Amino acid sequence: MERFSLDAAHLLAGGMVLVSFMMLYQNRILGLLNVFAAHAVVLSLSVAWQAYVQSAPHLFVTAAIALILKAIIIPVALHHMVLRLGVHRDIETVGGIGPTMLMGIGLVALSMVVMLPAAAEADPIAREDLALALSVILLGLLIMVTRQNAISQIVGFMSLENGLVLAATGARGMPLVVEISVAFSVLVAFIVIGVFLFRIRERFDTIDTQALDDFREGRE
Amino acid sequence: MRDAENRRAGYVYLLMASFGTLMLLLAFGLLAGPDGDYAFSAIRTAEHVPWLAGLVLVLMLLGAGSKAGLVPLHVWLPLAHPAAPSHVSALMSGVMTKVAVYGFIRVVFDLAGEPAWWWAVLVLILGAGSAVLGVLHAVLQRDLKRLLAYSTVENIGIIFIGLGLGLAFKTNNMAGAAALAVTASIFHAFNHSLFKSLLFFGAGNVLTGSGERDIEKLGGLVHRMPETAYLFLGGCLAISALPPLNGFVSEWLILQAILLSPDLPQWALRFLVPASGAMLALAAALAAACFVRAFGITFLSRPRSPAAETAHEVSRWQIRAMYSLLVVCLIAGVFPGPFLDALSPVSQMLVAGAMPKQPILPHLSIIPISESRSSYSGFLVFFFIMMASWAAIRVIHNFASRAVRRAPPWDCGFPDASPVTQYTADSFAQPIRRVFGPIAFRAKISQTMPQPGDLAPARLTLSLRDLIWELIYTPIESAVLFAAERLNILQFLTIRSYLSLVFAALVLLLVLVATWA
Amino acid sequence: MGLILAILVQGIQMVLVLALAPGLIGFTRKVKARLLRRQGPSILQPYRDLLRLVRKEAVLADNASWLFRNAPYLIFATTWVAAALVPTFAAGLHFSWAADLIAITALLGSARFFLALAGMDIGTSFGGIGSSREMLFATLAEPAMIMIVFTVALVAGSTQLSTVAEFMVDHSTLRVSLGLALIGLIIVALTENARVPVDNPATHLELTMVHEAMILEYSGRHLAVIELAAALKLLLYISLIACIFAPWGMARQDDGVLGMLVGVVTWVGKLAIGSFLMVLFETAIAKMRVFRVPEFVGGALMLGLLGTLLLFVSRSF
Repeated sequence: MERFSLDAAHLLAGGMVLVSFMMLYQNRILGLLNVFAAHAVVLSLSVAWQAYVQSAPHLFVTAAIALILKAIIIPVALHHMVLRLGVHRDIETVGGIGPTMLMGIGLVALSMVVMLPAAAEADPIAREDLALALSVILLGLLIMVTRQNAISQIVGFMSLENGLVLAATGARGMPLVVEISVAFSVLVAFIVIGVFLFRIRERFDTIDTQALDDFREGRE
Repeated sequence: MRDAENRRAGYVYLLMASFGTLMLLLAFGLLAGPDGDYAFSAIRTAEHVPWLAGLVLVLMLLGAGSKAGLVPLHVWLPLAHPAAPSHVSALMSGVMTKVAVYGFIRVVFDLAGEPAWWWAVLVLILGAGSAVLGVLHAVLQRDLKRLLAYSTVENIGIIFIGLGLGLAFKTNNMAGAAALAVTASIFHAFNHSLFKSLLFFGAGNVLTGSGERDIEKLGGLVHRMPETAYLFLGGCLAISALPPLNGFVSEWLILQAILLSPDLPQWALRFLVPASGAMLALAAALAAACFVRAFGITFLSRPRSPAAETAHEVSRWQIRAMYSLLVVCLIAGVFPGPFLDALSPVSQMLVAGAMPKQPILPHLSIIPISESRSSYSGFLVFFFIMMASWAAIRVIHNFASRAVRRAPPWDCGFPDASPVTQYTADSFAQPIRRVFGPIAFRAKISQTMPQPGDLAPARLTLSLRDLIWELIYTPIESAVLFAAERLNILQFLTIRSYLSLVFAALVLLLVLVATWA
Repeated sequence: MGLILAILVQGIQMVLVLALAPGLIGFTRKVKARLLRRQGPSILQPYRDLLRLVRKEAVLADNASWLFRNAPYLIFATTWVAAALVPTFAAGLHFSWAADLIAITALLGSARFFLALAGMDIGTSFGGIGSSREMLFATLAEPAMIMIVFTVALVAGSTQLSTVAEFMVDHSTLRVSLGLALIGLIIVALTENARVPVDNPATHLELTMVHEAMILEYSGRHLAVIELAAALKLLLYISLIACIFAPWGMARQDDGVLGMLVGVVTWVGKLAIGSFLMVLFETAIAKMRVFRVPEFVGGALMLGLLGTLLLFVSRSF
């Protein structure tokens, strides 16, 4: 049973990495939002499993927050926003999917190399979970870097935050208060970014962040 | 036109060959050390300083690599091999490159002492790079012989992947695995010499029979040159690593060796080995596409030029010589066991280990490590395929129908389509170019569309860049030119100045000798 | 005596895969039709189609060569041999040592090689377009398959399918790398069998055909043999997925007749479930553009590579 519970946790963490790769692969915005919702679902499953295994009821709250906020409310709201902005047909490719995926694999390898020797004395499963969480974080960053569209960048940012939560629950013992405050800060960030998006579009007629660069000073 | 090309090929070949020889000489000089004993036995017993041995490896990679055609030193090979007459090309690609491989193995495994783990990293990277880049170039070639030459680059890459694995296992004292990797790569070298010679002979037959080696102008040769078509098809099957022929056996063994490498302690190797496994698999799959294209465009479909229409079969003796090669290919694929056994003294000498003795019974299968891990019986596979197809033909012909009617092909209601409407070599390779081109060749496509009403033709421009040539050779070339221009003034000095130069050089050397001691 | 029995069981396997393959195709068509709220043809329809085709005369194009006439039988033979070597109802069959999973992949590669050549033989544009695209997909699907084989082999310690299946029964665990391999294998299976997001087995619209374009010139018994090979390939892939990821119920080497019977029943059940899930997926998704497919199959390659990398890093993944 012990072995099985560890394996399941492992599998769920691996599932997060897999869904991160699916986000990297998806180049249509609405598809990206659906995958992001799946990301959050896997996260909440993973957290709930940890709650059950560690018999830590407060983690169930975290799981519920992840499920309600990130798997339902934010994707639905973003969906709405995309439709209102009229960018749901946009297809963005920065550097092509193949190289991006290769880069993603490189990042996973990097996080393995960094984490596994660093936490050598921790028990092997926990440190591998930590390594997977770090991969999710790095992949989130990669999504942000390789996308031009502001909405995809938000999604990348939130998948990064999912990785943080995964790392925290795996490490046994992030206080609930921190958890909730992180979740709400993400929500606030989301609202602020959303407001900004509309302002940006009003101003520049696009939410392509590349376009914003053209208005910076000092550019030839 | 052809002459200018040949001259350039000769010039590049001359340069690269002398460069390679220089590197080899330096490597042997380092190995022999200050005592200057060049006998193998003396070098083998001598103590080698680790960094000097590393330098020897680098020099060998440059020297033997340039002779074998390892990327990025391969540039001469696709120029020189097609320029020679076909039987000479067969020797060059099939045998000469293997001499370089032999030299590399002899020095690095036998003479240079204990390898360090980074040697394997270097060899694996070069091997994997050669395998994929070589075959990507091959897929895009229109000249049949140049296509074969690029495919040699690919196969040399595969051989070096095996050697790199062998080095990795050897430094970590995994004798059995090292023996497997080294045996596999030597076996691949042997196999390659067989089917590459066969393919070059086939290309020579095509050239003799039709006078054409641009595959865009060939087609339909299967009707005019049926025997050559048989033989070339056999070569294509072997080189594409398809069972039950021999190319598959050696690549299968290399893949089995890769599966043993998670036990390696070095992190760099643990990441590099699966990556090179993926590159190897990619190269094998691309090679299959490449040879479907080579055979399909050259021998199948309808003739694309008068030369192809009037092609004729070559003489019987030329054909018979090729059959012997095909038969050896088949034997090596169906009964690989004895070949592997024959290589065991070699691996014993190189890595102090050998593959298990290959059993004759019960299935003539080959076993890399142990039977529960993996086994492959070329004979059974061959036998089953033959039996199954024979049974299918017999059953259908006897119990159903064997009637045949000839009719024109389906033309969508537009009869007498000209042969120009066929898929060409370029159009066959276009999807592959589109997927891999942007990464490997910085491929760029631009279209110019005339305005409506304008009678100018629409144009599609495709630019492919050989990055290795641009990034490595062009800078070297300009550096050499620059230096040559600076040194040019030395040609116009007085005799007194020349004498003083010689004198200065002599004094400098004497001072050097004096301070060295 | 034991040898004869072993060869007999192997023979049963060969006959069984051949006999069930058209039925599997019929089943998928029936399920698909029902999911689209159509009645659909009978499950036995593919058998009737094959019989009808076999009895007809073969119409060959004027310039068809010997390769065109022989290729169908070679394609069929290599696919059949490959399918016979995958453990279906029983592991450790007598000839399962003849080829491991890598060799099975390569056997399918041989079949594809001949199919692509046959497509180019007549010299119409359809054949060329089909062969060219098929080889493009193969350049990514084959390495993906090899990487998946690596992942599975590193977990099970063998590339021999019988050993893998027995290992999976004895040490059934949840593994990250196996999850990645499963998804990759499903993508490869969809691509190799020309199923919906990659190719549409029911289409004859020129620009979207891949597999159908290659065999457009075939008729009569040649077509029948190729269709049978395609059916065998589908059966092979579903059996392969079942054998690696759900090997329960499979008979062992020394099980008696009863064990074999249980094995056959569970295997047929697995085929039904597998093809049902495949059809469900097919009805829910649209076909991709051709140049989107390399990204899809490339995804499988990346998953396989990722799974292998994780296993190289630590055996507990």
